[in-house]
Formats: sequence, structure tokens, C-alpha cells
Amino acid sequence: MPKMNLSHFEAALIFALFSSIVLGVVTKRTDRDRLRYGVRTFLYFMVALVGLGWLMYLGHG
Amino acid sequence: MPEQPKTEKTPAPPLNSWAPAVALGWLVPGAGHFLLKRPGRGALIAASVLVMFLFGLMMRGAMFQPQTGDLLTTVIYVGGFIGDLASGLLYLLSVWLGYSQPDVAGHVHDYGTKFLVAAGLLNILAMVDAYEIATGKKD
Repeated sequence: MPKMNLSHFEAALIFALFSSIVLGVVTKRTDRDRLRYGVRTFLYFMVALVGLGWLMYLGHG
Repeated sequence: MPEQPKTEKTPAPPLNSWAPAVALGWLVPGAGHFLLKRPGRGALIAASVLVMFLFGLMMRGAMFQPQTGDLLTTVIYVGGFIGDLASGLLYLLSVWLGYSQPDVAGHVHDYGTKFLVAAGLLNILAMVDAYEIATGKKD
């Protein structure tokens, strides 16, 4: 089994991508709503990721 | 004394209408949706769960073994084990074939462990979706 080394950002990006796909697929009732919800969830993941990253950076001093 | 409004209980859907789709969806992620003739959604679920599980293995993530003790230990280890187990055949095969890794320190391994559990949790969402489709609560 090949070994994979990802940075924090890469791992969080991949996690957000696939989680958003499944959340979009299982949550809404029409394909249009699923796509919109998936994209919105992904953007929320990204905002939380960058926001918490800055919060920790600034909090660390 | 005012009369309490009567709540009508809806009968539980018959087991044979949803159990095959849910069981198949657990064993092979996305297969429940294929059985219910939703191949597009099934393929997206299968790809997402499979890729997350494989990435978790390649990052040398650890598989949880159920342990009990104080509340936090029980929640983490039993919850993690259920999350791992929810990936179905992916989990069973990786344990049987010896891909289960010991828990080691390091952020990549830690992410791998989370990826393995998250793959199972996403499959639980897919199983609930398959249940709702099979019982007619959802298209």
C-alpha cells in the first residue's frame, strides 16, 4: 500500500470535498438543490477552515 | 380537563421493503442506491466513501478497537469502532488482509484515522437515505 503524506490544508480540503458531495447527495430532493447544497457546504467548510486557521494563528501570538 | 388530541401512529414500513437496500448499502457503499435504481447518486456515494477510506489507509490511519473505561474513552473508542465498521466490506477486508495500522503519533496518521471513521459516517448517511427512498419518504 503506497504511503500518502498530505499537509493539513490538503487533507482538510479533500475531507471537505467528499463530505460535501455525500451531504449534497443525501440531503436535498432535486438535483439542482443537491448541487447548490453541496457547493454551499463545501464553501462553509473552507470558510471555517481558513477562519479557524487564522484564529489559531492570531491566538498563538 | 381538556381532551388530549389523539396522535395517529403510522405503521412501520415492512422490513422486506427497506432491509435489502440498507444492508447492501452497508456492505458495499452506494450499492443500496443502485438496488433502488438511483445509479448516479449511488456512484457518487461509492466514489466518495471509497476514496476517503483508501486515503485513510494510505495515510496509515488506525482502526479503532472497542474499549470501555471512563465515559470519554468509551465514546471515542466504541464510537470510532462503529464509524469504522460502517464502511462495510472495506473495513472487513482491510482488517482481514492485515491493513489495520497501529495507532502512532503524527498529524498525517491522525488525519488518516479521521478519514477512515468519516468514510463510515458518510456511509451511514447514505444508508439512511436508502431507507427513506425504499420506504417512499423520499424520491
